[in-house]
Amino acid sequence: MKRNTIISIIMAFGFAAGVAACGDDAKKSEEKMEKKEVATAGEITIATEGAYPPFNTKDAAGELGGFDVEIAKALCEEMKKTCKIVAQDWDGIIPGLEAKKYDAIVASMSITDERKQKVAFTNPYYSNYLQFVAKKDAFADTAALEGKTIGAQRSTVASKWLEDNMGSKATVKLYDTQTAAYEDLKNGRLDAILSDIYPAHDWLKENGEYAFVGEKIDIDDKIGIAVRKDDKELVKAFNDALEAIRSNGKYEEINKKYFPFDIF
Amino acid sequence: MIADALKSVSEGVCSVIGPVTPDNFVQYCPRFIDGFFTTFELLAIASVLGLMVAVPMALARVSENRLLSIPAYTYIYVFRGTPLLVQLFLFYFGLAQFEAVQNSFIWPVLRDGWWVAVIVLTINTSAYVAEILRGGILGVPNGEVEAARACGMPASTRYRRVILPQAFRIAWPAYGNEVILLMKGTALASTITVLDLMGQSRTIFSRNYDLMNFVYAAVLYLMLSGLLTWSFRLFEKRLNRHTGPRKTEGSSKKPDTAKAGVPA
Repeated sequence: MKRNTIISIIMAFGFAAGVAACGDDAKKSEEKMEKKEVATAGEITIATEGAYPPFNTKDAAGELGGFDVEIAKALCEEMKKTCKIVAQDWDGIIPGLEAKKYDAIVASMSITDERKQKVAFTNPYYSNYLQFVAKKDAFADTAALEGKTIGAQRSTVASKWLEDNMGSKATVKLYDTQTAAYEDLKNGRLDAILSDIYPAHDWLKENGEYAFVGEKIDIDDKIGIAVRKDDKELVKAFNDALEAIRSNGKYEEINKKYFPFDIF
Repeated sequence: MIADALKSVSEGVCSVIGPVTPDNFVQYCPRFIDGFFTTFELLAIASVLGLMVAVPMALARVSENRLLSIPAYTYIYVFRGTPLLVQLFLFYFGLAQFEAVQNSFIWPVLRDGWWVAVIVLTINTSAYVAEILRGGILGVPNGEVEAARACGMPASTRYRRVILPQAFRIAWPAYGNEVILLMKGTALASTITVLDLMGQSRTIFSRNYDLMNFVYAAVLYLMLSGLLTWSFRLFEKRLNRHTGPRKTEGSSKKPDTAKAGVPA
């Protein structure tokens, strides 16, 4: 009797496990089918950072917005595809693309050779320059920044330029977010920041006691949309859509909302 | 000057291990070794200072005087009950918000992320170690304390010669654990601009987008924790050398009789 009970319990477990396993399989294949269907129906998941005003930001409600997000939406509309836009931390944004968590990155990403080894880029949708920001009238020009403490966001073209060109002449501090770098500029830990020019332009509007130092630095920095390397169709779709919104005035409309000058 | 010495040391280490390590490690090897030293520095300083704070804190915690035990209890409760990352951010960004702090004598210290990391790690680990030591103190057999009292030892001698040495013996393995946890905690210093092993790995990752960087970092962390575990075990043996079987010549055949010689 006892043995029977034990055997039946074991069998019951085995059966349950088997059913569960079958269920899993069924679910998986269902999911797979669903995914395929969605892909053909044209849903694209796009990642952005959400911490880079005015290009991509998250409002109090957690809603993503900004220049990048609006461009992404305009492109999706042009491509006649439904888009889901998700937020992803900058550090993990390329690994996430490789892991197929999303299909494209529209997050003001500079097209660089290092990144090109990992991802494919569309044609640029705007051009970026770098410029130092510091307390108004604190430094006459960039030469005066030698020996000072200068900050930048880690994993950006600014941090790379800073390390390569000022690494031996100044103390370089790297931050996880641009906001943290601004915070340390304000509280006096940093003498200056090297930043992308348009977000800095935006930040300076609200922080009148700070100003640009010296001339803008042209590093031939073009901003593109990153997709997985094997996704050639998507690159072409984005490029065509980009051309379309450039010629039909949609791009200009969005540009004007954020900047009084053309940033393409 | 110390920085220069460390730099030449890390270059020396790299030239030795260079031929036997992968190419993408060799390229950034001095950075890895430099970060390793910073991590070790943070760990060594914070664990020594933390222990120095923890001993009086543990004594206050077990004291019958409420003026001592309540503040100690609060300190331990607060710093064990909040995440290390929160403590780091509060000390680094939070304190820096106040102009009074920026103008005070302590600012030159708090200005530097490295010092903030040392202070916060010390505070955090001291709270844990105090609680570990408290357990050790309470674990000292009553009989021993009573015997010391019966001999007419005043409280200070009792603590110095009987209770604390025994408490350390009891707490030692748990303390070893805490030092390993502290080592892992140091990785969070990279969020406040400290270029420790984690900070260097992330900076290198931002240049080559190679996830292997974190494998190299993990191996270096493992080497450090291996070294710690080994030395802690060695010292544990030494601390408890009176409790093992007595070593007498030629008695290896009969360990039982040797054991019988140990007082219970």
